[in-house]
Amino acid sequence: MDKLSDTLGRFGGVNLLPLALAAVAFVLIGAPSSWVTLTIAGLSMGMMVFLMASGLSLVFGLMDVLNFGHSAFISFGAFVAASVLAALGGWLDGGPMLAAAALALALIAAIAFGLAAGLFFETVIIRPVYRDHLRQILITMGALIVSEQIILAVWGGTPITVPRPPFLEGAWIIGDVSIEIYRLFAFGLGAAVFVGLMVLLNRTRIGLLIRAGVENREMVEALGFKIDRLFIGVFMLGSALAALGGAMWAGYETLITPALGGEMMIVVFIVVIIGGLGSIEGTLLGAIIVGLTANYVGYLAPKLALASNMILMMTILMWRPSGLRPAVK
Amino acid sequence: MTILSVRDMKTDIGQYAVLHGVTFDVPEGGVFVLLGRNGAGKTTTLRSIMGLWQPSPGSVHFQGQDISGRPTADIARLGIAYVPENMGIFGGLTVAENLILATAKGKFDQTRLRRIYDLFPALEQFWNKQAWSLSGGQKQMLAVARAIIEPRALILIDEPTKGLAPSIVAAMGEAFREIAQSTTILLVEQNFNFARSLGRDMAVIDDGRVVHCGTMADFAADTELQGQLLGLSV
Repeated sequence: MDKLSDTLGRFGGVNLLPLALAAVAFVLIGAPSSWVTLTIAGLSMGMMVFLMASGLSLVFGLMDVLNFGHSAFISFGAFVAASVLAALGGWLDGGPMLAAAALALALIAAIAFGLAAGLFFETVIIRPVYRDHLRQILITMGALIVSEQIILAVWGGTPITVPRPPFLEGAWIIGDVSIEIYRLFAFGLGAAVFVGLMVLLNRTRIGLLIRAGVENREMVEALGFKIDRLFIGVFMLGSALAALGGAMWAGYETLITPALGGEMMIVVFIVVIIGGLGSIEGTLLGAIIVGLTANYVGYLAPKLALASNMILMMTILMWRPSGLRPAVK
Repeated sequence: MTILSVRDMKTDIGQYAVLHGVTFDVPEGGVFVLLGRNGAGKTTTLRSIMGLWQPSPGSVHFQGQDISGRPTADIARLGIAYVPENMGIFGGLTVAENLILATAKGKFDQTRLRRIYDLFPALEQFWNKQAWSLSGGQKQMLAVARAIIEPRALILIDEPTKGLAPSIVAAMGEAFREIAQSTTILLVEQNFNFARSLGRDMAVIDDGRVVHCGTMADFAADTELQGQLLGLSV
């Protein structure tokens, strides 16, 4: 294993894993057009999962909080965005500008709801149970159940159709390859958020504090910074990203139920664990690998699709118990 | 003049009482050394002063101001820096990032930075290296540099020579002498020779209580007392 790690390190390290995965899949799939379609689908799925998982990873890494209620933000984001799009249904048919405005408002509403819900969650539910993992699990699971019941009460249990702006419908056909426009949009948005997060973390003083806090909270306080304020900010950011991810996933699925967040949460936890806690780069890497694996295995061996990500997680954890790119502790 | 006054400080960690009433005064300027056997309560005393563990009851006054029970960040902003036993550097951050984080406004005072380069030339050499890649001595230099990158009235330093090579210990001693000309240092140290070479005043902690206070010169001359309080046979 050490030799494999050294060899990988010389050629770009674990960052090459998605490329290796894609290369193996190319050989196994055989048909280039199917491979391109699956690869783009995997990348866009990975980016949406990245949106949902990045906040959880930061909250885990910085605050040492096990937030099983994170999926509530995903569900709320999806339902809030769906409601705004439904309310602005006339705009969707009123030309590209109005449709784009409706989409932007839906995403902004999801983000705003995520920020507000994150503030409430951190101050009322999480703060009393800092440093107590057992109580964190119990109270956040409880909050998740309550949140799902609120969604049921407000939106009902019937699946809701999520309208898409017309300019995101359809696909580009290039030769034998079909590329769904919505998937490209999801990939672009995820990439933009990743770049934004990297700029925040690496080019700003707040980002420096977050990175330092992930490593050693106590020392950040000893340098004169109030870590509690940083916790609130990071928690709100994580909740907003989850809500944005949920909104994007709703547009991807086009039919959502209150169980959406819970279903995605398993994948989100897998991504955070294999990426390495507290690391945004690790989360992106984990999300892309999970997205590609789900699509390739779903095509090659549909019966293994559900188990594939679990097998992936076990394999990676046996190789790297702290994940692919954990934050330095 | 006294810069730090600790009175009857008692600290519990979980169900264990570690400090049973620590009392001592740190005069302004120079190096004040806190000595004691392993597990006597020296580190707990520093952490309690910083508010990282909350002492109760008792009081801690810094420059005449009661800082007992205040949050760690507020205590740090009053002008107390802390260099913990494990150095507390941020390994994933570069040397430059570790230092810029410790500045009040996110900008370096070039005069102070030059002073740090003079004291610890290795830090200038490894300026853009991630801190985890530094040697143990370089990490300790970074930890001390972080404490003096801004003007501080008092620096608490916990066992800075632990595990360091003799040449690095000597360099660290020179640096502390220079720093102590403008700042008060409260030094916890097990290396008695190192402590003796730096300290002007001192106290000995044993079993969570201060059992001796005085000048380092008097203590260094009394080998019988050293043997009795520290188990030394020098």
